[in-house]
Amino acid sequence: MARKEYAFYPGCSSQKGASASNYLTSVESMCKTLDIKMTEIPDWNCCGASISYAEAGELPRLAMNARNFALAETNLPGQDIVATCAACWLGSRESKERLEHNSVLMADTNEALKEAGLNLKVIPEVRHMVEVLIEDLGYDELAKPIKKPLDGMKFAGYVGCQTNRPFGISGESFENPMYLDKLVETVGAEATKFDQKVTCCGGALAFSEPDKAQAQIKDIIEAAYDSGAEMLVTPCPLCQANTEVYQGQINKKYGTKFNMPVLYYSQLMTLAYGGTAKEAALDGNVIRARKLEEFASK
Amino acid sequence: MSDMNQQMAERYRNNFLKEIEEQAEMGDWVKMCMQCGVCSGSCPTNFHAGWDHPPQELFMMIRAGKRDEVLESNSMWMCVSCYNCYVRCPRKVPITHIMHGIAEYAYRIGRAPKNQPTQFLSKTFWDNATKTGRVNEVKLTQSLYFKNGIMDGIKQAMAMQDVALGLVKAKRLNPMEALGGGHKCKDIKGIHAMLDKARELENKRKGRTA
Repeated sequence: MARKEYAFYPGCSSQKGASASNYLTSVESMCKTLDIKMTEIPDWNCCGASISYAEAGELPRLAMNARNFALAETNLPGQDIVATCAACWLGSRESKERLEHNSVLMADTNEALKEAGLNLKVIPEVRHMVEVLIEDLGYDELAKPIKKPLDGMKFAGYVGCQTNRPFGISGESFENPMYLDKLVETVGAEATKFDQKVTCCGGALAFSEPDKAQAQIKDIIEAAYDSGAEMLVTPCPLCQANTEVYQGQINKKYGTKFNMPVLYYSQLMTLAYGGTAKEAALDGNVIRARKLEEFASK
Repeated sequence: MSDMNQQMAERYRNNFLKEIEEQAEMGDWVKMCMQCGVCSGSCPTNFHAGWDHPPQELFMMIRAGKRDEVLESNSMWMCVSCYNCYVRCPRKVPITHIMHGIAEYAYRIGRAPKNQPTQFLSKTFWDNATKTGRVNEVKLTQSLYFKNGIMDGIKQAMAMQDVALGLVKAKRLNPMEALGGGHKCKDIKGIHAMLDKARELENKRKGRTA
């Protein structure tokens, strides 16, 4: 039996061929080393993310999240739900909170769920992958399997918004969360003093208001360079994609020369645990992290 | 005036605050705003062009009964859901949710600004996600670029081709998903029935019949 077991909610962007598929690959490698068993919630659905608010309204969005809760509770009773995506985590946790505090919404949600043949009694705990790492294992346990510390590498820990606000990681401050810096240090690398660590990347508005979002992304990347970082590291799929894939467009627009790789914490941990470039899914980075590719091949 | 808008305007007469309290998600928190302005100073998009009224101003306008100005405003649609205002508000007003709530209400009764890009994104995203239960990123991107017709779509896609090619190369964008492939839930029928029921119950609870 594995050391820890969870009901896994990977989310749409983590699926094969989707924008955060490299996140999933590296999380699987990391969990294998840490002896964490993640069982996918059967037939899970989209959380609706924040951006669906206008079309969805409140109850349809709650119903979508409640369906995942009911599927987890039925098929994986007693296990906490763990999401790797910041938006999945936030959408689910927010839904859990609202349903538990409002009996009218809970009754309506159950009436809707009945149409899908489901019923919700107890809502499981909803947690983010980094919460599990920090709270259920702790930094010391995370350090134990390290075979190859990332000595001398400098990372700007980009926490972003939705793994930090409004819930965040227990004991951390909204304005200056330290957990990502601590994870960077745990794998033997250096976390730079990065003043844009909790600045928004524009989120979904990178699609609908690209100029505004790219102005924010420019500030984030610029500050990362100024802090002396070689790479950015983040726990959120949308932060990762937004700060990585638009660097070329920002360069054209502003005459900058950005070319900074953006990694997931799970990729760093996989490499520190002795994983290969493939296990860390380094081939999934649009801006290739050459320094880490070399490190992995040694 | 749309039917739903007329119906609501008549029901609430001159009490726009009450209308927002009952109709917009988390609207009952609006009166708790003490006009300190921390939300406005914390908003990352408030410093770009396009904002008519920052949150605290909107809240005062609601209390002052400025129905048209609030519902037709672009402001709520500038919310990036970063929750900065939400965690900093000294009165614990869930500002992010109220911004979404006012926007959703304005859209629902047909008073939101026309051709608002974030509103279009919201609709496109939800329709995409609920069609099969899971987001199809290729189709989502296509719908977003081709909203103004095929020529404009090709132009936009050309401008974005470096971004797209990078993602395809990194196996993070699968063009095959455009051809009906892609990920989906097994119980799509159940999901659709559930969502129809949820919509029906929400309309009933809020007294919306139109």
